[in-house]
Amino acid sequence: MSDHSATQSHGLVHRDDEGSKLGMWLFIFTEILLFGALFIVYSVYRFKNQDAFHAAALNLDTVIGTVNTVILIVSSATIAMSISALQQKNKKLAITLMVITLVLAFSFLVNKYFEWGAKFHHGLYPGAEHLMSLGHGQNQFFFLYFFMTGLHAFHVIVGMGFIIFVMRQVMRDELTYNNYTRLENAGLYWHLVDLIWIYLFPLFYLIH
Amino acid sequence: MSETVLKAGSAEPQYQPSYLEMETKHKGILSWILATDHKRIAQLYFFSMMTMFLIGALIGVLIRIELMAPGRTIMDAQTYNGFFTLHGIIMIFMFVIPGLPAVFGNFVMPIMIGAKDVAFPRVNLLSWYLYVIGGIIVLTSQFVGSGPPDGGWTFYAPYSVKSAANIGMAAMGAFFLGFSSILTGLNFLVTIHRMRAPGMSWDRIPLFVWSLYATGWIQILATPVIGITLVLIVFERVFQLGFFDPAFGGDPILYQHLFWIYSHPAVYVMILPAMGAISEIIPTFAQRTIFGYKAIVASSLLIAFVGYFVWGHHMYTSGMSDTAKWVFSFITFLVAIPSAIKVFNWVATLYKGSINIQPPLLYAVAFMFTFMIGGFTGLIIGAVAQDIHLHDTTFIVGHFHYIVFGGTGFAFFGALHYWYPKMYGRMYNIKLANIAWGLFFFGFNVLYFPMFVAGYMGMPRRYFDYLPEFYIPNLISTMGSWFLYAGIILMIYNLVKSRKTGAIAPANPWHGVTLEWSIQSPPTYENFDEIPVVKDGPYKFK
Ligand SMILES: [Cu+2]
Repeated sequence: MSDHSATQSHGLVHRDDEGSKLGMWLFIFTEILLFGALFIVYSVYRFKNQDAFHAAALNLDTVIGTVNTVILIVSSATIAMSISALQQKNKKLAITLMVITLVLAFSFLVNKYFEWGAKFHHGLYPGAEHLMSLGHGQNQFFFLYFFMTGLHAFHVIVGMGFIIFVMRQVMRDELTYNNYTRLENAGLYWHLVDLIWIYLFPLFYLIH
Repeated sequence: MSETVLKAGSAEPQYQPSYLEMETKHKGILSWILATDHKRIAQLYFFSMMTMFLIGALIGVLIRIELMAPGRTIMDAQTYNGFFTLHGIIMIFMFVIPGLPAVFGNFVMPIMIGAKDVAFPRVNLLSWYLYVIGGIIVLTSQFVGSGPPDGGWTFYAPYSVKSAANIGMAAMGAFFLGFSSILTGLNFLVTIHRMRAPGMSWDRIPLFVWSLYATGWIQILATPVIGITLVLIVFERVFQLGFFDPAFGGDPILYQHLFWIYSHPAVYVMILPAMGAISEIIPTFAQRTIFGYKAIVASSLLIAFVGYFVWGHHMYTSGMSDTAKWVFSFITFLVAIPSAIKVFNWVATLYKGSINIQPPLLYAVAFMFTFMIGGFTGLIIGAVAQDIHLHDTTFIVGHFHYIVFGGTGFAFFGALHYWYPKMYGRMYNIKLANIAWGLFFFGFNVLYFPMFVAGYMGMPRRYFDYLPEFYIPNLISTMGSWFLYAGIILMIYNLVKSRKTGAIAPANPWHGVTLEWSIQSPPTYENFDEIPVVKDGPYKFK
């Protein structure tokens, strides 16, 4: 339990790696249910508007989608490797791998930006006259597309913030080979971001 | 027992500075709003929550005065719509849902399991800030934009996405309050898993802690669903989306499903910790081991689990297949079983106990009375055929006030009277507390019971005006609200006054045997000088 040297200004912070990881896992459950509600909405509207969803999905660029999928999977691998690197006391390699993860995450967002831009260019955004003319089903598809990929992109940004936060701590030797739970938690969170995309990708890009 | 006549701290070797007086890095108000100590955070919650409760209750009284007689009484129809919406949002999201866990869970749970704090003290403080931010957003929504939110705390679509009133902002506030609730649940789950004192095995955990454990799972698994649903409402209003608006092919009934998938389990976020507090009070004032410890634990977990599968009972008249209706109805009936198990166990605990009638026990008994009326009327409206008749009448309003106010409210104030001497080291005036309880309990029943009658006669809920035949029950109900409010004011007067001038309370005024009674009142910053070793289950009275 907590030692007596803990100062009151910092609260009785005690180190419990298992506890921190448990907390992260519970938070991940929460996130999964957050997206779970959206998957329900998606299923209901897909069921109601099968033809429209089919037609709307043809507008999405499978190539960009695939590239982004590969980018995220690789970034998941690099963050996992950075944990191993830190465990093996290779601080430099750990930081390099985190930087690579961040670069990959950023390029995911850049792709997303161009992809969304193209949709706007073609008048496929909520409220656009062109989209309105395509009927309710296609409208629902694009509402969900923008909302769900947008929420996912928000999680990418939060995940990047988390990685930057732990990277600074690794640089300052606050996280080391025998105290790396926070890096593991950042990795866990990043895997969640990856995992959600793994479901979004087929639902929007692949099922026609 | 001789210790009751002794002065403060005499049960301890010597009195040490308590969490109220301790030296901190920050001074003054900062030492509170930057505190990470679970007891101080409990106090932060307590004061913010009581403020919200009094505002909500005052609005409730104004609503009752408006409904005292048919036609306009003191406010116009749109103000009335805004008032019942605000009353619901404040009471549900800012008082009954966070209520017992955030105040008493924070204060006594770590002590009850022999810990010095929760697992993540800073996240705990963050939860409070999210609570405050959410509260400020909800209150601000009343004064800015296009008029106070209307349409009720349920934010039903498509009205909520089309109304000109400031609903988006209120929904955003509720989102923050939900996030706060998730973090509290997460924190408690990890604390209970990881920080129990040596020897405190799962079958030795006090029942209040068990109830928080079951609640924690509901908080983290159900709250995100309503969180995202409210965000959908906000986006729908801001970005011209149409998830729930039939004009865009959206499905309003889907909204109701998503809303109740959370909001029914949320009823158990409200009531499970209340049951937990009752399970602490009853053995102490009967000086008898709780009857059926394991059955009570199992019934908490069972309620938490079954509670996920009953949400459809809010939607019998919304449009659902008949099969879905009877399945939801059947599962709803099942919830009555674990609830009844608890009531029987409490009564059996009192049986042949050496009962000491004190304010906390009075509140606990009132809880059992009102909770049973709430529960039985719940069965009435859980049945499809009867609900078709009673849906959206004041019968429903009576039912859920008997559960969330008669249940959770009475348990909250019972817990407050139970742990008050521990929190402040002072004792309130017992006689005054009993009188306040009497007014409270009497007023409560006079206020809500006539709603069953009016609802059965067919009076719709949430209406500004009504037909003359509903006059008498409404008049009685309004008069009841005055007694209720007088009781609350008297109770608060007593507690506030005793905070400074009450008699010094001994460490263990009620002769309780859970761990929080083994330390001084008020507790020190670290709770325990030495982490206790637990050798036996809870509620072992001599
Ligand atoms: Cu319900």
